[in-house]
Amino acid sequence: MKAQHDMRTPARRVRGLGPARSGTTDFWHQRLTGFASIFLSIALIVIIISMLGRSHAAAVQILGSPIVAVIMLLFILAGVYHMWIGMQEIILDYVHDDKYKFLSLMLNTFFCVAVGLASAFAILKLSFGV
Amino acid sequence: MVEITLPKNSKVEEGKTWPRTSHATHLTEFKIYRWNPDDGENPHVDTYYVDRDNCGPMVLDALIWIKNNIDPTLTFRRSCREGVCGSCAMNIDGTNTLACTKAMDDAKAPIKIYPLPHQPVVKDLVPDLKNFYAQYASIEPWLHTVTPAPEKEWRQSHEERAKLDGMYECILCACCSTSCPSYWWNSDRYLGPAALLQANRWVQDSRDEATGDRLDNLEDPFRIYRCHTILNCSKACPKGLNPAKEIATLKKALVDRQV
Repeated sequence: MKAQHDMRTPARRVRGLGPARSGTTDFWHQRLTGFASIFLSIALIVIIISMLGRSHAAAVQILGSPIVAVIMLLFILAGVYHMWIGMQEIILDYVHDDKYKFLSLMLNTFFCVAVGLASAFAILKLSFGV
Repeated sequence: MVEITLPKNSKVEEGKTWPRTSHATHLTEFKIYRWNPDDGENPHVDTYYVDRDNCGPMVLDALIWIKNNIDPTLTFRRSCREGVCGSCAMNIDGTNTLACTKAMDDAKAPIKIYPLPHQPVVKDLVPDLKNFYAQYASIEPWLHTVTPAPEKEWRQSHEERAKLDGMYECILCACCSTSCPSYWWNSDRYLGPAALLQANRWVQDSRDEATGDRLDNLEDPFRIYRCHTILNCSKACPKGLNPAKEIATLKKALVDRQV
């Protein structure tokens, strides 16, 4: 709203539409997924190192084994969820125009869901060998 | 979107260099932001030379000296001249601080002085803090109780009182909030470190009975969660307080009541 048309009092502007009564869940989940990612990233590095110099078939076998696949799926889940919240935070910080804000929030969600599902699908495909 | 550059009519230009007083030997150079809403010109930075043999040691002393001896139109707020009122908060040598407690010798010469960043300017070094004060008012900085008032006073143990240390000292000078990039980008919706420190002052007060309502009022992606622990607030505070820590305490309380 242009300043000259905005005759609301400062109190009206500050109170706005009231508190959204949300935000803490995202804050807590971001820390939760961040903490989980410490261990999952270490596990991922170990998995990658264990595949170094192996043939394609051996790599497929390692990635398809239940424990490795579950660790990888957890890594994807924690990573993508963390990424989704993090990008949303950045958008809320910097994109103020409603049009662009809603568009970027949508694109963020679509991108994260697509990346997460595609990665999960790849792991499951290796695991179940279909 | 975030404004990276200033609008054309706000671009700061080189201003006037005011003559030195002839007999002075010990001079300190000041570069001070000037803007007058009435002359239609862009803001400019004027240069002044302060006679140190004839002036107190603090930056505020120099501003008063300039106003008395060189340029009576130089406009700034000041009152207590001892760091308890918060009126003379401004950006000195790149840091938000109080002119009255900042020694000239502790700043790099030429000493550059600007109004508090990212606030509308009323004139010269006077920022418009209406929004800042409205945010403070929005956290309802007074005791809320449902229990009928006791005959004498609301009692508080020494330990409970000690929880307010590090918060009750805040003088609302706005140095912290106006040093925070998150506050620069979102001051319309983010309450900023000063108001949040004050919010925590009442959340932590053992006598207050509206803790839940106070937290409800902050539970918002913008009001509190635009804080990303940048810590400019704690670095800027001229009273040595730690607003970032108080915001973290509030976030912890919000998580605690949820998990």
